[in-house]
Amino acid sequence: MMEILQYEFMRNALMAAVLASVACGIVGAYVVIKRIVFISGGISHAAFGGIGLGYLLGINPILTAIPFSILSAFGIGVISKQGRVNEDTAIGVLWAVGMALGILFIGLSPGYAPDLFSYLFGSILTVPSFDLWMMLLLDVVIILTVFLFYKELTALSFDEEFSEVVGIPTRSMYLLFLCLVALSVVVLIRVVGVILVIALLTIPAAISRQFTYNLRRLMILSIFTGIILTVVGLWLSYALNLASGATIVLVLGSAFFMSSFFKGLMPT
Amino acid sequence: MINEEIISLKNIGVRFGDIPVLEGVNLSIKQNDFLAIIGPNGGGKTTLLKVILGLVKPDEGEVRVFGENPEKGRRLIGYLPQHTSFDLNFPINVFDVVLMGGYKRLLKNYSKKDKKIAVDALKTVEMLEFRDRQIGRLSGGQLQRVFLARAIVKEPRLILFDEPTTGIDPKMQSSFYNLLSEFKKRMAIVLVTHDIGVVSTQVEEIACLNRRLFYHGAVEEGLKRLETTYECPIELIAHGIPHRVLERHEKK
Ligand SMILES: Nc1ncnc2c1ncn2[C@@H]1O[C@H](COP(=O)(O)OP(=O)(O)OP(=O)(O)O)[C@@H](O)[C@H]1O
Ligand SMILES: [Mg+2]
Repeated sequence: MMEILQYEFMRNALMAAVLASVACGIVGAYVVIKRIVFISGGISHAAFGGIGLGYLLGINPILTAIPFSILSAFGIGVISKQGRVNEDTAIGVLWAVGMALGILFIGLSPGYAPDLFSYLFGSILTVPSFDLWMMLLLDVVIILTVFLFYKELTALSFDEEFSEVVGIPTRSMYLLFLCLVALSVVVLIRVVGVILVIALLTIPAAISRQFTYNLRRLMILSIFTGIILTVVGLWLSYALNLASGATIVLVLGSAFFMSSFFKGLMPT
Repeated sequence: MINEEIISLKNIGVRFGDIPVLEGVNLSIKQNDFLAIIGPNGGGKTTLLKVILGLVKPDEGEVRVFGENPEKGRRLIGYLPQHTSFDLNFPINVFDVVLMGGYKRLLKNYSKKDKKIAVDALKTVEMLEFRDRQIGRLSGGQLQRVFLARAIVKEPRLILFDEPTTGIDPKMQSSFYNLLSEFKKRMAIVLVTHDIGVVSTQVEEIACLNRRLFYHGAVEEGLKRLETTYECPIELIAHGIPHRVLERHEKK
C-alpha cells in the first residue's frame, strides 16, 4: 500500500480526496439538514455548461465551471424565492439547460474533447496540481464563509421565518449558502464528476448524522467519513482497475446502507 | 414610560390570490397595551401578526412599527408563532434554539450576557433541565415552552403571542398567565387566543377579527356587548360558529 505513494498521481489523488471531503463535510452537512439535496443536484449538473464553455474557450474547464455554477445557484435561488415558479421546476429547468449548453459548447469546440469523461464521472487519479491548488483555495473560502456566518446559516436552516423576524438577512444568506454549494460542486467535479457529485455531498453527512445531534461534530465527522470512504474507493479502483468515480460512489453507498442497517439494530 | 404609539396599521388589506384575508384593518397599539385578538379560524389573526412583523406585505395600507417600517422596527418585537415547522432530527439543542432569539447582527457572536439571558429565559419557562436535549426529542408542550423562551430572550418592547397555550398543560398555562402579568409591566403584549377566560381576567383591550376588525376597545365593553346582546357564550366566537354574531355586531 505504502509504495504506491511514491507516484505523484497517487499523492495528488489522496490530496484530492482530502480536499473534496473537507468541502463536502462542511457544506454537505447543511445540504442534508436543510434538505436541499435536489437543488445541489441541479447546481452540479448545470455546472457542466461551464465545463463545456471551458472547452470552447480553450481554458481550464474548472475555471469556467466556477462562474457557471454560481450563476445557476443564483438562478435557482432567485426564481424559487419569487414564488411564481415552483422550486423543483426551476431546478429541473436549470439542470437540463446547463447540461444542454455544455453539450452544445463541446460540440462547437474544435477537435476532439479530451478527458470529457473525467468531468462527467470523475477521475481522481489524474488530478493535475493546478486543480489541486484551486480545490485548496475553494476549501479555504468555504471554511472561512461558514466560520463567519455559522449562526446565520444554522438559524436559516432550522427556521427560516423566525430567522427573518430576528433580523437575519435570510435572502442574501440563502443565496450565499447556494454559492457555497456551487463552490463545493466545483471542488468535487475532479473527484467524482458532475453526475456523481451529489453522492459525495450527501452521503458522508447522511451517515454521520445518524451518530450525532451536534452540528459542529456532524461536520467534522462527515469530513473524516468522507476521507476514509473516498480513500477506500480510490484504493479499490486502483487495485481492481475500475472507474474511480463510480467506485468511490459505490463505496459511499454501501457504507450508507450498512450504517443505516447497524444503526437500526443498535439500541438507542 | 410614556404611552406612545408603537404599532400603527392604517387601512390594511391583504389578499392571497383573489381571496381577501384582511380588509380595511385599522389598529393602533401603545406601549402600555395588553391587547387580545380573538376571531374564528381563518379570520386572519395570524396574518395580521405577520403583517406587523413584515413577513406578509399588505396589498393596501400602511404599517408602522416603532415609527419605522416593519423590517426595521421588528427588532424590538418578540414573536411566538402558532406553528413552527422544522426537521425533527435537526442537529441543534434546546439552548441553541433559545439563543437564536437573541440574534443581534452579522459577525457578532452571542455574548456571555446573551447566554445568561437565554438561561434565565429557560428557567422562566421551567425548561432549564432540558437545555442540552436535541430539539426534536421534546413533547409538543415542552417545545412550545422552548419557543416561548426564544421569544423573550431579546427582551422585546412588544411581544406577539399566536395562541401560546395550545398544547400546554393546565399547570404551565396558569404559570404562563402569571408570566404575562409580569411581562405586561415591561412590554406591550398582543395575544391571539381562543381562551376567553384569560381575556376576561387579564387583558385590557380586545380586538375581534374576522377579515375586518369588528371591535377594538375595552374588554368589559366588548365581552359584555357580545354576551348580553346576543346571549351567546363567548367561546363560540373562537370556533367560527357565530360569524352571524360578529356580523350583526358590525351593524350595531
Ligand atoms: N400562505 C397562504 N396562502 C394562501 N392563503 C393563506 C395563506 N395563509 C393564510 N391563508 C388564508 O388566509 C386566511 C387567514 O388565515 P390566518 O392564518 O391568518 O387565520 P387565523 O385567524 O390565524 O386562523 P386560526 O384561528 O386557524 O389560526 C385563511 O382563510 C387562510 O386560508
Ligand atoms: Mg392563526
